[in-house]
Amino acid sequence: MIPPSFEYHRPSSVEEAVGLLSSLGSEVKILAGGHSLLPMMKLRFAEPEHLVDINRIPELKGVRVIGDDIVIGAMTSENAVIADPVLNAKVPLLPEAAKNIADPQVRNRGTIGGDIAHGDPANDHPALALACDAIMTVVGPNGTRQVPASEFFLGTYWTALEETDILTEITVKAFPQGAGYAYKKLKRKTGDWATAACAVVVALSGSSVSHIRITLTNLGPTALRAYDAESILMGQSINDDLIRQAAAKAMEICDPAEDLRGDAEYKTAMAGQMVQRAINEALAKAS
Amino acid sequence: MNAPVKTLEERKSELQGMGDSRLRKEDARFIQGKGQYCDDIKLPGMLHMDIVRSPVAHGRIKKINKDPAMAIPGVHAVLTADDLKPLNLHWMPTLAGDVAAVLADEKVHFQMQEVAIVIADDRYIAADAVEAVEVEYEELPVVIDPYKALEPDAPVLREDLAGKTEGAHGPRDHHNHIFTWEAGDKSAADDAFANAPVTVSQHMHYPRVHPCPLETCGCVASFDPVKGELTTWMTSQAPHVVRTVVSMLSGVPESKVRIISPDIGGGFGNKVGVYPGYVCAIVSSIVLGRPVKWSEDRIENISTTAFARDYHMDGHLAATEDGKILGLKVDVVADHGAFDACADPTKFPAGLFHICSGSYDIPSAHCSVKGVYTNKAPGGVAYRCSFRVTEAVYLIERMVDVLAQKLNMDKAEIRKKNFIRKEQFPYTSAFGFEYDSGDYHTALEKVLDAVDYKALRAEQEQKRNDPNCPTLMGIGLVTFTEVVGAGPSKICDILGVGMFDSCEIRIHPTGSAIARMGTITQGQGHQTTYAQIIASELGIPSEVIQVEEGDTSTAPYGLGTYGSRSTPVAGAAIAMAARKIHAKARKIAAHLLEVAEGDLDWEIDRFKVRGNEEQFKTMADIAWAAYNQPPEGLEPGLEAVHYYDPPNFTYPFGIYLCVVDIDKGTGESSIRRFYALDDCGTRINPMIIDGQIHGGLTEGFAVAMGQQMPFDEQGNLMGNTLMDYFLPTAVETPTWETDYTVTPSPHHPIGAKGVAESPHVGSIPTFNSAVVDAFAHLGVTHIDMPHTSYRVWKKLKEEGVQL
Amino acid sequence: MAKQIVKMNLNGQEIEQLVDSRTLLVHFLREQMNLTGAHIGCETSQCGVCTVDIDGESVKSCTHLAVQCDGCEVKTVEGLAEGGVLHAVQEAFYEEHGLQCGYCTPGMLMTSYRLLQDNPNPTEDEIRIGLSGNLCRCTGYQNIVKAVKSAAVKLQQKESATA
Repeated sequence: MIPPSFEYHRPSSVEEAVGLLSSLGSEVKILAGGHSLLPMMKLRFAEPEHLVDINRIPELKGVRVIGDDIVIGAMTSENAVIADPVLNAKVPLLPEAAKNIADPQVRNRGTIGGDIAHGDPANDHPALALACDAIMTVVGPNGTRQVPASEFFLGTYWTALEETDILTEITVKAFPQGAGYAYKKLKRKTGDWATAACAVVVALSGSSVSHIRITLTNLGPTALRAYDAESILMGQSINDDLIRQAAAKAMEICDPAEDLRGDAEYKTAMAGQMVQRAINEALAKAS
Repeated sequence: MNAPVKTLEERKSELQGMGDSRLRKEDARFIQGKGQYCDDIKLPGMLHMDIVRSPVAHGRIKKINKDPAMAIPGVHAVLTADDLKPLNLHWMPTLAGDVAAVLADEKVHFQMQEVAIVIADDRYIAADAVEAVEVEYEELPVVIDPYKALEPDAPVLREDLAGKTEGAHGPRDHHNHIFTWEAGDKSAADDAFANAPVTVSQHMHYPRVHPCPLETCGCVASFDPVKGELTTWMTSQAPHVVRTVVSMLSGVPESKVRIISPDIGGGFGNKVGVYPGYVCAIVSSIVLGRPVKWSEDRIENISTTAFARDYHMDGHLAATEDGKILGLKVDVVADHGAFDACADPTKFPAGLFHICSGSYDIPSAHCSVKGVYTNKAPGGVAYRCSFRVTEAVYLIERMVDVLAQKLNMDKAEIRKKNFIRKEQFPYTSAFGFEYDSGDYHTALEKVLDAVDYKALRAEQEQKRNDPNCPTLMGIGLVTFTEVVGAGPSKICDILGVGMFDSCEIRIHPTGSAIARMGTITQGQGHQTTYAQIIASELGIPSEVIQVEEGDTSTAPYGLGTYGSRSTPVAGAAIAMAARKIHAKARKIAAHLLEVAEGDLDWEIDRFKVRGNEEQFKTMADIAWAAYNQPPEGLEPGLEAVHYYDPPNFTYPFGIYLCVVDIDKGTGESSIRRFYALDDCGTRINPMIIDGQIHGGLTEGFAVAMGQQMPFDEQGNLMGNTLMDYFLPTAVETPTWETDYTVTPSPHHPIGAKGVAESPHVGSIPTFNSAVVDAFAHLGVTHIDMPHTSYRVWKKLKEEGVQL
Repeated sequence: MAKQIVKMNLNGQEIEQLVDSRTLLVHFLREQMNLTGAHIGCETSQCGVCTVDIDGESVKSCTHLAVQCDGCEVKTVEGLAEGGVLHAVQEAFYEEHGLQCGYCTPGMLMTSYRLLQDNPNPTEDEIRIGLSGNLCRCTGYQNIVKAVKSAAVKLQQKESATA
């Protein structure tokens, strides 16, 4: 398995990278962590003429706090997400969930931005971004724009990014005080993509739900937010029956593709299981 | 000053002989990155070969255009079957008496079949050239299901066999039929069934799996046109047999062919066969006069090199109402893929499948195996087992469980009732195997006590009665007997060469030694354990005994390492060669001590004069004398060669118990406990035995719980990378508990039986028994593997117990 | 062909090499630098037999370009022993029978080495998770886990001896 030939470019700034993307024509790919792109190239499913390596652009890495905003550089690695004290304190779902992505070595290379920008519904960060109400910062030849996660994922391998755009930052807000969270991911083995996965963020006011997000991985052409499932729980004092109802609602929006992990029926049923388990775990953490 | 006199124990322990958990001699190079595997070999002027493969599973090749590939700078040649035809190398014989295409000759028979090769300056250019070769195919109807392959109007797969009604193993009654092989006494078995109060039947499919060692297959072929000599480094578990085959195919005299198996990154049966890639690299080197390297990638490895299993089995047991088994019948349809390339002893197209009467005293038995061609890759190897023994053990262990369920008997009780009793050994089975030794009852009791079997059953009962319990609990029990150490050359041969094995030992003048063997280690630790046998036999410290294997120009001819045959066959050859040296050493000692040979006693590392403790000669003294002052009439030197033709197979056994908890919501199985008691006879190195068992259990876990090679209707193999093919990580792998009993083999010089494959053979049905047991109270008697969450969940749903 | 000069510190040596853009790090190490310790197993980044250390992180070198290592510090299994003295993880794998065919061993050692740098006293679960990007077909991992535990103790003893 050998990748085809290409020209390698290593810009040192976002501006330079965007310039390269604009000038090199259509057969150009951004090289982030490379753990999706390089295997695709080795299998000759992707044969770009140019690779623009954005690993050496310092401003794309790390987590910063700006006012209420927590700004995560798109090239922050999964292991950096797992270790980051700000994220662990304020958006603990992200480090918790990142531990379930790929394997330890791959998490050194794989980045949050690469995971999101690929538009693969099997990737985990899209559903997490939806659960965190993330805002994507996109830089293109015409400047910078902000796209909410809810408008970013358009289809399988299809996002709001144009070919000449770079996803530079993912901005999230701290979870509400006392919020509980969970990411339940059913997979065949370490390193695998989800058969079904669910992210939940829940906050309580007294015993009733004051904030809830339920999002799903690999259960449709994009990551999904289960609005109707959330509505069932919002404002309610949660019990097992409501959780089952919410899971049933979440299952209604699932449209998974059949593969070796299972058929649509199984994956949808597993969505129900993951939703229930994630809600229970999140509730147990909520205060 | 005199050194303090050492005790017998001290002298013995300094030898690090048999029974010592000696650390491994081979590790020093591996932990420093200095192993030498095939792909590490780099020769001056070496070219790289890569293979153009068929995207379709069945088709006619309409046209091959090499030009775009030849136009790439650095490409030296593109060869197809038409180029090999003048050399008569476009087809090759298989180990099973069939032929296999080296490069597809007008037709492709399975997806990823070899169609053309390219040879280029480096592997990058070769990969580009493979992409550039243009091949046009006319697609033909594909047959994946072996039952459908036998329908009268099924597509003809092997046009090259048109009109051949006789195969290597008897008549062929259909164009996709390879052989029908039978063992046992059919009429006796039929009688037993006709008169039996109870009979049970079960259909089961043992799915196609792949051994998948971490190192793929490959070779470096180097033909010296001046000397006319061919040297090939190859990932081979059987280098000597390969040398014979290469000589036969290439016409180069065997004396000018040198096959070297360097360090091998795991074999597990995958590296027994001779693959088209090897042949093509050798041909390329001969044609181009330069060294040629071929290294397979992972997709090629899983898709085309030897698979294992793919047996569709119907088992039947006849029994009394109180559970005494009266008869066994088995019918198998064996999917052999496009060419019959099974690696089995020549006379046994279904290997040693007729060990399927297991550990039980079954008076009458019959089995029949029908081999069938399909549009899948050829192969059929022992994936960490002796020839087809895994299938046999699976069959009988499943059937005994099925019978126990029918009779509402406990699975431990029914086994105790049917075991061959200790005093019955040597025991001749209804299939004619002579079991050497065993004590199954003692071993079973040891395991049941160790795990508190009664308490486990009580816990299971309680969980079954609790509708809110989120899990199903299953207890698997297997009491297996293997047949390994192939084998007596009167019945076992490979391409006509008897399945003996060999050892040459030379004791050097200063008392150190070298042993050369016909086997080849792939991680089993031969360099460590073989030395231990010599140490115990000859009283020379293991540390100064070098063991070499794998180079056909230096090692004596041997059949190689697979089917757990190294210890039973080569291990015996070592002991016998050592005993020849021992006998000569006794003569020299008698000469040196000026006594009669009969007056000498052997003690650990020396010959002593009986009745005079002070008068002795150590093996080191004797070695020096052998080169310095041998007795008159005795040749100088101290060395021996032994070719050991075993009188019988060996029959290791084991008792395995597994507790599984199945998540009713997701179908996920969690192995709570796995207890493995193995009896491999005499134990040479307990540390290595435990390591082999851990590894075998883990491979068994992979097979039972996740490995699969699914094909779609077009014959596409889904899941041919490690993204899909299940190799468990440290996270998924259970923690293993090991135990042992010791029942030596009476016919083996040191009583050893072989161990590395038992844990694979024995564990697979144990996992299966546990998963089925979790559903047993619902009337379920069998579930086919693999027990992925998805498949188990479907069963939960079918039985109405899913959350 | 798009060749570029790449400079890196490889096992303590500063090197400068001309490499093709598409050359994978594992091929660069094995074929250009003749360091054959890192192996090739799956080529799709599951098996970890190609694991090396880049700037203090474990990386699968089959899914990494050599050109990406420009200016980096790269350590392979050949650089693990120092001054002829085996590293504690090497000793421990030997003593605990943590290897059989040896093919996964260089990758296992490099991952274990980094794991213990990052977490000097890991639990069994942390070791198993830490090694979950490295496949082994021979050992069943049980003795590998023991070896990593043992190496942790050795490293702590060395630490306290020099403190």
